[in-house]
Amino acid sequence: MRIAVTAQGADLDSAMDPRFGRCRNFVIVDSDSDKFEAFSNESVMASGGAGTQSAQFLVNKGVDAVVTGNVGPNAARALEAAGIKVYVATSGTVRDALQAYKEGRLSPVSGATVDSHHGMGRR
Amino acid sequence: MIVSVASGKGGTGKTTVAVNLALALEDSVLVDFLDCDVEEPNAHLFLHPVLETSESASESVTLPVPVIDESKCSGCGICAEVCAFHAILSFGNRAITFPELCHGCGGCARFCPEGAITEAAREIGVVEAGWVGAPAAGVPRPAAEAGAVRGIGFIHGRVNIGTALAPPVVKAVRSKAAPANGVVIIDSPPGTSCPVVASVKGSDYCILVTEPTPFGLNDLMLAVDMVRELGIPFGVVINRAGLGDDKVAAFCRQENIPVLLEIPFDRRFAASYARGGQLVRDFPELGDALRGLWRQIRAAAGPLPEEEETLR
Repeated sequence: MRIAVTAQGADLDSAMDPRFGRCRNFVIVDSDSDKFEAFSNESVMASGGAGTQSAQFLVNKGVDAVVTGNVGPNAARALEAAGIKVYVATSGTVRDALQAYKEGRLSPVSGATVDSHHGMGRR
Repeated sequence: MIVSVASGKGGTGKTTVAVNLALALEDSVLVDFLDCDVEEPNAHLFLHPVLETSESASESVTLPVPVIDESKCSGCGICAEVCAFHAILSFGNRAITFPELCHGCGGCARFCPEGAITEAAREIGVVEAGWVGAPAAGVPRPAAEAGAVRGIGFIHGRVNIGTALAPPVVKAVRSKAAPANGVVIIDSPPGTSCPVVASVKGSDYCILVTEPTPFGLNDLMLAVDMVRELGIPFGVVINRAGLGDDKVAAFCRQENIPVLLEIPFDRRFAASYARGGQLVRDFPELGDALRGLWRQIRAAAGPLPEEEETLR
């Protein structure tokens, strides 16, 4: 399984970023080997389409699931269509999120958790 | 001649200047008024046009958005790659669209190697036309223009609520500008972004309305950069003169920008505006001042021979 976590930094000890489309980084972890790669998110400053662009990015990276704080309506539809499961975690580090995911403490959500443009203008 | 009225800052008095300039000129020049502030048009509140109800006078503005034939889609992903707005995504052997993000460029349909993408019209707004003070409201446009008396031709656009895409609606309003031998006055949206550029571009002169405050100056400087980039002759109207400081005037002097008119900061003007009043009716001296402004603009924009008969 390849799991993406939205993060403020680029490693496992970074704090999670609660935004999906406009998160600073995606940390993508192989849950079997615990190897990870970090990617800075190109759509942080996009005027629109950040959620769909981020979803396409995760599809292209072969991700199976994403752990994030909030997803907007376009991102939710895109992730669902792509078959990427969405799990919500509200705080902690990337490592904490992965641990919670592995222990089955996170449950998948379907649909948007916030409105469009929710993550704009925050750092 | 096309005169656009713009401002960097909102609430400086664009609509006040545009509406009253139209009213001040209507007896001497053929005037068309275009409200291009399609996200919140308000000139009709002051001009009270009678909007025509025929189909030709009210038209829907649409964008071509992609429709995918899944039986033809190979999942190559080219559509998602060419879309600058991420309005189309490609997964496996299918693609999905997000029409509300689409700007209608047509790139996906053009580059799809399978011919799987066609385009459907999505309505994003409407354009409405009518007359202000025409003796026989509802007279079709060509007949009214041919007649001896016509009021102010009025056109405005409204972008649909929830649609974040004003420029195509602005362009649709602009495309209605009619009189070759009169003046088209454009009430632009505030700011300096795409809808403003779409409103102002191609005008023969731009009036930048500002106020003598630090905000007014800051946003005036941005607007000046924009009209210079567009290569449009321009001048400044300082509204609420007497309020704030003299830095706007100093900036204009330093940059050799003509100050066409100063409208005093006067509670009576605000009261008239708040009632939806027409300042040139309530304060005739303002009509004279606006006709003076028009003469300055005409001189700056160069002679337009076809108008000299009608201009007094």
